[in-house]
Amino acid sequence: MFRDRKNIVQLIFILTGAVFIVRLFFIQVLDSRYKFEAQNNVMRRIIEYPYRGLIYDRNGKILVFNTPVFDLMVVPKEVQIKDTLTFCERFGITKEEFVKKIKEAREYSTVKPTAFLKQLSIADFAKVQDFLIDYPGFYPQARTIRSYPHHSLANALGYIGEISKKQLEKQENKYYLQGDYIGISGLEANYEELLRGQRGVKYMMVNVRGVEKGSFRDGIYDTISIPGENLYTSIDLELQQYGERLMENKIGSVVAIEPATGEILAFISSPTYDPNILTGRHFSENYRKLEKDSLKPLFNRPLMAMYPPGSIFKIVQALVGQQMGILTPNTTFACNKSWGPNCHSHPSPQNLMGSLQWSCNPYYYMAFRNMIQQGKDENKFKDSRIGYIQWRDLIMSYGFGHKLGVDLPNMKAGYIPSPEFYDKWYGYNGWKHSTIRSLDIGQGEVMIVPIQMANMAATIANQGFYYAPHFVKHIGKNKEVPEQYKEKHYAKVDKKYYPVIIDAMEMVVNGGTAAVFNKIEGMKVCGKTGTVQNPHGKDHSVYITFAPKEDPKIAIAVFVENAGFGAMTAAPIARLMMEKYLNDTITKPHIEKYILEKDFIHRNKTVLKK
Amino acid sequence: MRQDDNLSKSIDWLSVAFYAFFVIAGWLNVFAAVYDAEAHQNIFDFSLNSGKQLVWIGTSVVLIILILVIDYKFYNTFAYIMYGLMILLLIATIFLGTEAKGSRSWFEIGSLRIQPAEFAKFITALALATYLGKINIKFEKLQTKLMCALIIGLPGICILLQNETGSVLVFSSFILVLYREGLSPIILILGLVSVILFILALIFPPISIAQVVVGLGILALIYIITSRKKSTKVRTLVIRSSFVLVGCIICIATAFSVDFFVNKVLQDHQRKRILVLVNPDIDPLGAGYNVTQSKIAIGSGEFLGKGFLEGTQTKFDFVPEQSTDFIFCTIGEEHGWLGSTILIVMYVLFMMRLVYLAERQKDKFARIYGYSVASIIFFHFMVNIGMTIGIFPVIGIPLPFFSYGGSSLWSFTILLFIFLKLDAHRRQLLSH
Repeated sequence: MFRDRKNIVQLIFILTGAVFIVRLFFIQVLDSRYKFEAQNNVMRRIIEYPYRGLIYDRNGKILVFNTPVFDLMVVPKEVQIKDTLTFCERFGITKEEFVKKIKEAREYSTVKPTAFLKQLSIADFAKVQDFLIDYPGFYPQARTIRSYPHHSLANALGYIGEISKKQLEKQENKYYLQGDYIGISGLEANYEELLRGQRGVKYMMVNVRGVEKGSFRDGIYDTISIPGENLYTSIDLELQQYGERLMENKIGSVVAIEPATGEILAFISSPTYDPNILTGRHFSENYRKLEKDSLKPLFNRPLMAMYPPGSIFKIVQALVGQQMGILTPNTTFACNKSWGPNCHSHPSPQNLMGSLQWSCNPYYYMAFRNMIQQGKDENKFKDSRIGYIQWRDLIMSYGFGHKLGVDLPNMKAGYIPSPEFYDKWYGYNGWKHSTIRSLDIGQGEVMIVPIQMANMAATIANQGFYYAPHFVKHIGKNKEVPEQYKEKHYAKVDKKYYPVIIDAMEMVVNGGTAAVFNKIEGMKVCGKTGTVQNPHGKDHSVYITFAPKEDPKIAIAVFVENAGFGAMTAAPIARLMMEKYLNDTITKPHIEKYILEKDFIHRNKTVLKK
Repeated sequence: MRQDDNLSKSIDWLSVAFYAFFVIAGWLNVFAAVYDAEAHQNIFDFSLNSGKQLVWIGTSVVLIILILVIDYKFYNTFAYIMYGLMILLLIATIFLGTEAKGSRSWFEIGSLRIQPAEFAKFITALALATYLGKINIKFEKLQTKLMCALIIGLPGICILLQNETGSVLVFSSFILVLYREGLSPIILILGLVSVILFILALIFPPISIAQVVVGLGILALIYIITSRKKSTKVRTLVIRSSFVLVGCIICIATAFSVDFFVNKVLQDHQRKRILVLVNPDIDPLGAGYNVTQSKIAIGSGEFLGKGFLEGTQTKFDFVPEQSTDFIFCTIGEEHGWLGSTILIVMYVLFMMRLVYLAERQKDKFARIYGYSVASIIFFHFMVNIGMTIGIFPVIGIPLPFFSYGGSSLWSFTILLFIFLKLDAHRRQLLSH
């Protein structure tokens, strides 16, 4: 009876087995998705952050180093806190913060670690370290942040911070990940790729609770992190700090360059801030304060603040005038104020040297007129155009209107107006010398940033060429300066026209406009003052200088906003720095005192948390 | 002594070999499921499941010897008494058992934990075989059927009261036995159709199922009418048509009631547990977690597998219950499609062998018991592997001989070897 049914029963067995085998074939052989998911399950990428390169000054003093800090990590699933209130007290957070942070961590992952408190200093960490044992699920992770033992050079060094969403999306080779730190400004940004090194990745296997279970496939996919290169800069820290002290309570810039190399010795943007406040856990808070500050300490003035150069422009006028054949050392103009420009009282008439020594405005009114209107065309307008184009080309060969190639981001090029600019305002051929005459003494539409002024001083010191100003001396073990900083840039004025100008600049210091403070015993110093007319307030004080005359070691430009005559503020600052750098002594302490006491800001200093 | 000689000749060594294969392979995989490369573990370590499993295997061998030594008539003679004691034990467990994971199915005697429900299987099988094996019993009688239902249902209800739903479902495997003994295939087919309808109702809205059913019904009616012969009476046509009609109504009603049941009656977590069956992605970290992780483990094994002890998903605990109910994941992950297929084929061959052995019994008692053994093993095999690859809902029952656990290994060993003992004596049984 029913014996045949055994076949049905066996058929059911076989069919079930067959269904399983087919189903398994789909899951195991045809669908590769499960393999990836299995890897996702067990594989944890552990990023090994490389040690960021250090930054040194020219004498091997450390400018930037790394300080260990601790991120307090949390794995929400393992958290057991009996008394939340005590926990919050011990860790110095409010209950609301606690709830919010735990919630955020849980939303990210219950089994993967999230930073609960970021960047606790060693001191802060020591306070909570002993409590950690009471709180499973919390553990410290060491990181490093940047530290600045000297508190200076903030705007040149820049700062690092978490990469922004925009940068993350913009990057080409997709190196950075969310939460990574990146140089945001200054040298940190410019040399980011060298300083940061190469991140390493370790693949660890973890179990379902996130506990590490050894390396994945014996580490064949792991890469070792490569520490960043050290950056050796040309900055002279002592000079820098001295300059920053002198610039306290003043708004402006000081840039010192070694003419023979283009190396930047000092780079002062004032007011400045302590770079240490833009590291660590108070970054955002402090950054907001700096951003709101009406004096804009984050504004990198030497690179970005554009000013009319004022009378220091007469030096290039004198050089360009000679090159154009308009001026010779013997060209003489009377100091005739009836032509328009004002002037100091000085002997008149003056030749070329005297015109610089006394900074004679009418002289340059005439000189500029002759340069612009050379009589090459009967039409004064057409004639002016020809002259202006020729003049502008020579002027711009001094680096004006160019970004120079400084190794810092965000430099402004300044502005030497193009003929088209004037066409736009006055119509094609609608302008002539008298229209643009304020350029003669460096006023009007011409705009220059302080580092270009320093570069101009260096160019004159070099008698006709400059190296792109730069901070880098060498990077890592490579002792060479990068190629682009070994290239000479020639101004288009012949070398033979320089000695007379340099002599004149020496006269400025020894018996001219800058004579009050700026003689240094036993040294031939060359300089030129400037007072930039400021329609919005008090005039700006500007001064360029280099020394020693025969073998210039340093060229300096000082620009102090709203500080009046160039000779009264900018020149003494430059003098003090020059003496400090070249002789390492200050022979006239009263000048130092006089400068330190000068205050053009008049306000209480804001105190920022470190 | 003569009897022992007979036994070694007459016992089905092929089945014993299958048994040994499953037990040893199971033991190795129990080790692999918890293996931690860094801990320098030893498969014999008694702190590990594999070490403990070795103890269970050892004790199973003792059980086998006992079963083979005991007179074969014992099982037939004492079936009812054992059955009665078992029912008492099951009832006792409901009240005195240790509670674990919401069910009260374990008895703790010192450090030994046993699960009476496991042993209910072979005792019920013996009782059923004893009852149906009587010469004067006619299966066609309603009374017989009700009696069978009672024998199977009583332990089922007891176990249900222990909250061990998975084990209760195992008793449905007796349907296959009853089918062999003459139960109408309609029951089998109805069961199959209702399962299919149930799953379809989870996937599709009941309205569209109703439309398809109506369409099929009309086709069936057309077939009935057009295929009639001249000799066919009108009455027969009417009866056939009304069968189709009633069938359609039942199908549609089922579809709607499943929909109603799932969406209105079931609580949220229960509904999810059923719905993840058709789509594990609806709740990947909750109810679907087990199935998702199990499929990931198996799927990551690919064709050849990662190699013995090289799996990561099971031993790092991504797969829950990896030594017991989800032991098949270890096979799938470490031995790939090839290993899985070999294991499945082995099970199928083994079960077919058991059916073959059952059919060669001259005695009805032994045959029915043999079918029970094959059916119980089949049910476990089907549900256990089916759930790990996502075609059955997660019902926690072990893979026979393979999964870690003393109670389950013992009960399957007893189940099988009683049958092998009976089989060895099949000629003597004939004479009795």
